[in-house]
Amino acid sequence: MRFTLAFATLRRHPARTLLAILGIAVAAALLLDMVMLATGMSESFRSLLMTRGYQLRVSPKGTLPFDSEATIDGATGIVAALRASPDIKAVSPVLGATLSMPSEKMPTAFALGLERGVQGDYTVERGTDISDVDGNVIHAVVSRTFLERSGYDVGDTITIAAGIDAQLRTAARTRRAVLAGQARFIYVPNETPVIALALPALRAMLGSGFRDRMSLAMVESRANDSTKVEAVRAWIAQTQPRVTAISTDTAIRQVEERLSYFRQLAFVLGAISLGIGFLLVSTLVTLSVNERRGEIAVLRAIGTQRTGVLQQVLLEGLMLSGAGIIAGLGLGVITAQWLNTILRDFPGLPAAFNFFVWSPGAAWRSLALLLVSGSIAGLLPAWRAASTPVARALREEAVG
Amino acid sequence: MILRCVDVARAYRMGDATIAAVRGVSLDIERGEFVAITGPSGCGKSTLLHLLGAVDVPTSGSVTIDGRSTSALTDREATDFRLRHIGFVFQRFYLMPTLSAAENVELPMAEAGVKRAVRRARARELLGYVGLERRNDHRPTQLSGGEQQRVAIARAMANGPSLLLADEPTGELDAETGASLLELFGRLHRDGTTLVFVTHDATVARAAARVVRLKDGRVESDTRNATTNATAAGMEPIA
Repeated sequence: MRFTLAFATLRRHPARTLLAILGIAVAAALLLDMVMLATGMSESFRSLLMTRGYQLRVSPKGTLPFDSEATIDGATGIVAALRASPDIKAVSPVLGATLSMPSEKMPTAFALGLERGVQGDYTVERGTDISDVDGNVIHAVVSRTFLERSGYDVGDTITIAAGIDAQLRTAARTRRAVLAGQARFIYVPNETPVIALALPALRAMLGSGFRDRMSLAMVESRANDSTKVEAVRAWIAQTQPRVTAISTDTAIRQVEERLSYFRQLAFVLGAISLGIGFLLVSTLVTLSVNERRGEIAVLRAIGTQRTGVLQQVLLEGLMLSGAGIIAGLGLGVITAQWLNTILRDFPGLPAAFNFFVWSPGAAWRSLALLLVSGSIAGLLPAWRAASTPVARALREEAVG
Repeated sequence: MILRCVDVARAYRMGDATIAAVRGVSLDIERGEFVAITGPSGCGKSTLLHLLGAVDVPTSGSVTIDGRSTSALTDREATDFRLRHIGFVFQRFYLMPTLSAAENVELPMAEAGVKRAVRRARARELLGYVGLERRNDHRPTQLSGGEQQRVAIARAMANGPSLLLADEPTGELDAETGASLLELFGRLHRDGTTLVFVTHDATVARAAARVVRLKDGRVESDTRNATTNATAAGMEPIA
């Protein structure tokens, strides 16, 4: 009966109730989006780094992976030493460079030299994978952007160059490459045209200075728990003085430090939306209670206990909050997807990176917080309603 | 005896002033009586009714209902006492506007913990008794003033109270509708309900068997009518 009465009371002013629910829905959506934003970026970064299970990155001493153009010399020896460790499952050396395409619509592309069997940088979407040098022709895979900008398709053969002869103003160290496949590159921004080829092929094109170099190596520890991964990282740091080894956890910590202001902003906006939800419920329930002072006094007179009135008014606040939260959940998810689409177009971001990530635990916690906040917001007006002096209220109603 | 007031006084503060609404009223009401409390506006009628209904407690003196002093009851006890022993009818009906007539009648039964099926049946029965058997599902806004007051009477009778109190029950009704309502009160009285109602209208007061007239918070007269004008025939007693 209390539920029926609470529902009927809310239906009494449908426009007002609808507006309040809409207001709470907007506050809930904003809170949900802020929680998704606050946790989403680091979660997205973590899943990005862990896509292929490599928990460690080895980069030139004092740098972060691809943070500079520095490369590691003696790459073959280092990779061999790492692969010899019983604690290491796989090592994927990566060399990055810029290749040019003479006389093409797209003058340059970002090139990755990789080892086919262990690479963790891309997934082939169509065609075939890279292969080692076959005569004088390189088998490469390229990104969709590469194909779109160059006008070529999988199966075509193109000429790529590793340099320019400054005196003759012509391409130097050119090779013919078959575009064997199209791939989705995990760490490279969408808008960057990428070509991946076998590591020896790229090294050969770049010249003798790059014969034994790599930009970074991705390392997969056999054990997956963070303590053992950290032990492997420490061992690499100790045995390979020319490199910096960084674990995924450390990289995420560094990213989180850089993004801390984002989280603070999300926290502030989330707190504001929580406050708005609180005020909305509090205002509406207070208004409703003040309007129904006589009715509440009559309820008390005919035998409704104080606790009954308290439950009744609290239930109204709870139903308002609940309806607003349900609507806000949908609104929040739709808004997050829309904002994510906009923000992902920001230049320089990896294709697989997301700003808003649905994390059920965090989302439910935040919405539960809003529900609790809504209930507390109804507490004061509910207490006032329950404490209405019956005889005085009836007397005032009769006079009024 | 169902109700006894001994030297009851009730004063309340209004701003800086203290208003003595009831000043030393002594009154006994027997079970099955039909009493009208009358008098001019501001004479303390409604305040006395609230005291009789355990909605308020006297500043001094005592009100005893069925042998229990209302001053000795806690808020919870007084509320529970009202729920089970007293029915209230108000001048402005005070039905819940978004509930149907039947749901309004069910309300006190739901508070008393009566099972849904039982209270539904009882609500229909009571609405039939007050002549609204075809108005079960109508909302108050779909009912006339007289019909709304009948629903309020059915609500007041929901838990089978030993005492029915009404504050200016015909105050918002036209003369004809008021008269039919008084007939209903007469029938309730004949069926054994103890009835006390407040009115400023001497004509309406004649419906009761006994008229207590107040003036300035004191009993000015306490008389019995030889005949009442609340006559109704052919109605079935309440179950």
